[in-house]
Amino acid sequence: MDNSNMTITIDGQPVAAEPGMTILEAALAAGIYIPNLCHHPDLKPVGICRLCMVELDGRGLTLSCMTPVAEGMDVRTESPDIDKVRRVATELLIANHYPDCLACAKNDRCELQRIAAYVGVDQKGLERLRRTERRFEVDRSNPFFDYDPNQCVLCGICVRTCDEIVGVNALDYAFRGFQTVVSTFGNRPIAESTCVSCGECVVRCPVGALVPKDMPRPSREVKTICPYCGVGCSLYLGVRGRRVVSVRGDRESPVNQGRLCVKGRFGYEFVNHPERLTAPLVKRNGRFVEVSWDEALGVVAERLQGYRGDQFAAMASAKCTNEENYVIQKFVRRVMGTNNVDHCARLCHAPSVTGLVQSFGSGAMTYSIGEIQDAASIFAIGTNTTSAHPVLALEIKRAVRRGAQLIVANPKEIDLVRHACLFLQHRPGSDVALMMGMMRVIVDEGLEDKAFVAERCENFEAFRESLSAFGLDFVETTTGVPREKIVQAARIYATRKPGAIFYSMGITQHTHGTDNVLATSNLALLTGNVGRTSSGVNPLRGQNNVQGACDMGALPNVYPGYQKVSDPDVQAKFERAWDGPLSPNPGLALTEMFDAIDQGRLKALYLMGENPALSEADANHAREALEKLEFFVSQDIFLTESNRMAHVVLPAASFAEKDGTFTNTERRVQRVRRAIEPPGQAQPDWWIICQLARRMDVGGFDFSHPSEIMDEIARLTPSYGGISYNRLENGGLQWPCPSADHPGTRYLHAQRFNTPSGKGRFVPLQYRPPAEEVEPQYPLVLTTDRSLYHFHTSTMTRRVEGLEKLDGRELLRIHPDDAQRLGIADGDRVQVRSRRGRIEVQAQVTEICRPGVVSLTFHFWEAPTNVLTHAALDPVAKIPETKVCAVAVEKA
Amino acid sequence: MSTTRRGLSERLVEEIEGLLPRYPTRRAALLPALHLVQEELGRVPHEAVVGLAELLGLKPAEVEDTLTFYGFFRQDEPLGRVRVWVCRSLSCSCRGGEELLEYLGQKLGIRPGQTTPDGRVTLEVAECLGACDYAPAMLADGTLHKNLTKGKIDAFVESIRQDASSGGLPGA
Repeated sequence: MDNSNMTITIDGQPVAAEPGMTILEAALAAGIYIPNLCHHPDLKPVGICRLCMVELDGRGLTLSCMTPVAEGMDVRTESPDIDKVRRVATELLIANHYPDCLACAKNDRCELQRIAAYVGVDQKGLERLRRTERRFEVDRSNPFFDYDPNQCVLCGICVRTCDEIVGVNALDYAFRGFQTVVSTFGNRPIAESTCVSCGECVVRCPVGALVPKDMPRPSREVKTICPYCGVGCSLYLGVRGRRVVSVRGDRESPVNQGRLCVKGRFGYEFVNHPERLTAPLVKRNGRFVEVSWDEALGVVAERLQGYRGDQFAAMASAKCTNEENYVIQKFVRRVMGTNNVDHCARLCHAPSVTGLVQSFGSGAMTYSIGEIQDAASIFAIGTNTTSAHPVLALEIKRAVRRGAQLIVANPKEIDLVRHACLFLQHRPGSDVALMMGMMRVIVDEGLEDKAFVAERCENFEAFRESLSAFGLDFVETTTGVPREKIVQAARIYATRKPGAIFYSMGITQHTHGTDNVLATSNLALLTGNVGRTSSGVNPLRGQNNVQGACDMGALPNVYPGYQKVSDPDVQAKFERAWDGPLSPNPGLALTEMFDAIDQGRLKALYLMGENPALSEADANHAREALEKLEFFVSQDIFLTESNRMAHVVLPAASFAEKDGTFTNTERRVQRVRRAIEPPGQAQPDWWIICQLARRMDVGGFDFSHPSEIMDEIARLTPSYGGISYNRLENGGLQWPCPSADHPGTRYLHAQRFNTPSGKGRFVPLQYRPPAEEVEPQYPLVLTTDRSLYHFHTSTMTRRVEGLEKLDGRELLRIHPDDAQRLGIADGDRVQVRSRRGRIEVQAQVTEICRPGVVSLTFHFWEAPTNVLTHAALDPVAKIPETKVCAVAVEKA
Repeated sequence: MSTTRRGLSERLVEEIEGLLPRYPTRRAALLPALHLVQEELGRVPHEAVVGLAELLGLKPAEVEDTLTFYGFFRQDEPLGRVRVWVCRSLSCSCRGGEELLEYLGQKLGIRPGQTTPDGRVTLEVAECLGACDYAPAMLADGTLHKNLTKGKIDAFVESIRQDASSGGLPGA
């Protein structure tokens, strides 16, 4: 096909165009306005508004949005015929339209106003066309936006957005002729429909039909990164006065291309929340008292002096910036003289690091979000992507629209299943059996990539032998998945290339989490689906900066850039750089810290922006441990279930109030920018820690801006070597980025793996059942899940009124068969008991769960799910098995 | 009749699946599938829309888009056992179609769009039956009544009354 540019003529002007463009696109690109209403650059053209009429020689009136350009085309945008047609089309739209433009939220940004002004309308014409009043009720059911059908022009942009971009299809046309209206299924209020409240239709609506509630126009905008999940969507915070008043997706971002989810677009109210901490608090006689920074820092510095060494530990935060995590691990190592630093990655992707490092030499997502759309097959196991990584899920759906075959493996029938060609509903904890079964099929049928295995991998024979234990009889019984489906999945993934694997907590949060991860990497190596574009193994990171917190060495065994604390050369390097002695002994993992506190080995704790009292497995145990601490200091933006137990609480700045960087799930380091001042006396976390270090008389903490911290990070961290704030001004950089002239790395392992031998390593696996299995007293398996509307322990999301309205309580999901047997009806209060604790929640009877499996989120402090979960650890990664525990359920 | 969890009977599911090979995509079978549902249930209820959507790989809102576009399908109230369409297009109107529509409505005691309280007859208005050369025309359960007169209407109403009393017409 000819890809050279061509020239067309519009009203006598030569205009450059590219093949495949429509006339309308060429005109708009050249700055020539042609009235249009149903056109949107993100959507396929449909030609329904009839306004973009132009004239072509020999073809008469033609829709410019539906006509591709051709060399030499002569286009006229003005003529009496065009005028007549589009004047009537415009008048028909306006005749029955809501007349109070000044009171409309879209005033001066309305496409209909623009068209009416351009085309000109005739008052008499309007009266002639006006029909009897047809009033629809305004739908105000959604807490974030209103839908007024009276203002709708039926351009269908919302309908097509919900279909083509979001893949939810909550909206469609209903009825016909004058009665036509955009409606949800069954004409229910939007809040009761399948709508996911992402607001993508709202931002595209050209008129005042879909408008955000309470989103005043900002006086200025600041570009930054979303503080929720690891996808790392770029957005503009709108500021008015001292408050954040709006959010707008960044269309230039390669990560999200302007799209956001409900949390990212509407979940910013927590920033301005009245419960924000505004002054340092010191506990006296059991109550918090507000004190000055000087006093608070003095107390903390003095107390910490007494706990130097391994009796001290810190929990860093995947919510904080790279610079803050760098500073806190440096503080722990250099000032406190211990490697006891860890963070919540322990509870999410520790096995990805331990597993993928063994097989590939690097624990990160191997490819980029932008490559997803070109995958030919996608295997999504243990990830509820539409809830936990909504914008990345849009790319998976886009890949499916472009022909990729999606295989979903999950104990629950999650939303993604509706886009899949194959759904494997396996038993929780049977992942190794499922994937080894698939690999057995691949090897038995000779579908493996023999050249890739021979040239780029090692240890294949030992691995192949371990497959012998995974005959389909065994796999079928263990997983509960019919063998035909396993065979089909194996064939699809092995033959439709490039094939990509996505996984998340469903894989990692097990006592065999590392084995699960190794099963995914074995599968990718076996089929040659790694080290190439649009393929690979892609752990989806949960927190906005969990990748970065790991990269920064907020881990007990490594310095920044995964340089081992036990390596004498590395130790010497950091001792030189930080000018002081460092401990060669790996520290405690987060999950081990609670036992250490319990046993009196750990006496003082520094908690930065985490909430272990809700997030830890066997949370009662964690809570009891926190109470035993001799000294407990926390910095956070709110009082939480955890830091209420602290002796000192320091007020921190939120993401909107500080500069820094976050590293997203695809290793992209992106700039976070200060949009407003922190409330009261709150300060950025890096500032607080630097102040403490200075008071404790240790040098190397004299940073005046996070950019200086990044410069130090770059000097000491090879994969961040080429990263600086100057470069980040022009967009994010994906590590490895070793030097200032390196463009960053889109996908990993292209030439060689990071392992010592440079080869991808197969690891033989055995099936191990979950640590806790069902028994007559606890006959059901509890697995944990996430809600689209909340994040982690909900410290932020439950302070957003609208999110709370959309999802305000915990629900125990239970299959109708189990519910019937237990005499439980939908909506009943039930008690859920495990060997460790009990909670009371409302039951939702639903077929999305397998029989025998129930599920809960852990977002709600009123029903703290993790008092039930099991703290049995993966022996390598030390992650607790929050995805499987045995419970009993009965009517409360 | 046993129904599956999709809101469609097993027979309906089977019949709809039987349609699929005749169409290039599952989506394309939606209209004939809607006809089958309407035929069996006398309407296309909410649950059946969900079932159809699941069966054809569509979203319920998409099915409803098509469903509500056509005047032929009923959503809520079931149809009467006999569905009568009286044409009011130009030719039929010129030859007294509208008066005959009113006459039939009076005899049945209902207005167009309504069903008799005993569930026997649903009266509808057709925009054109394509039978202008026999105007005024009426369609009743697939039978075209040509050159309609009051007398023919009387006879028609009498015939369905008898059919109803003998239970001759299949129920919906």
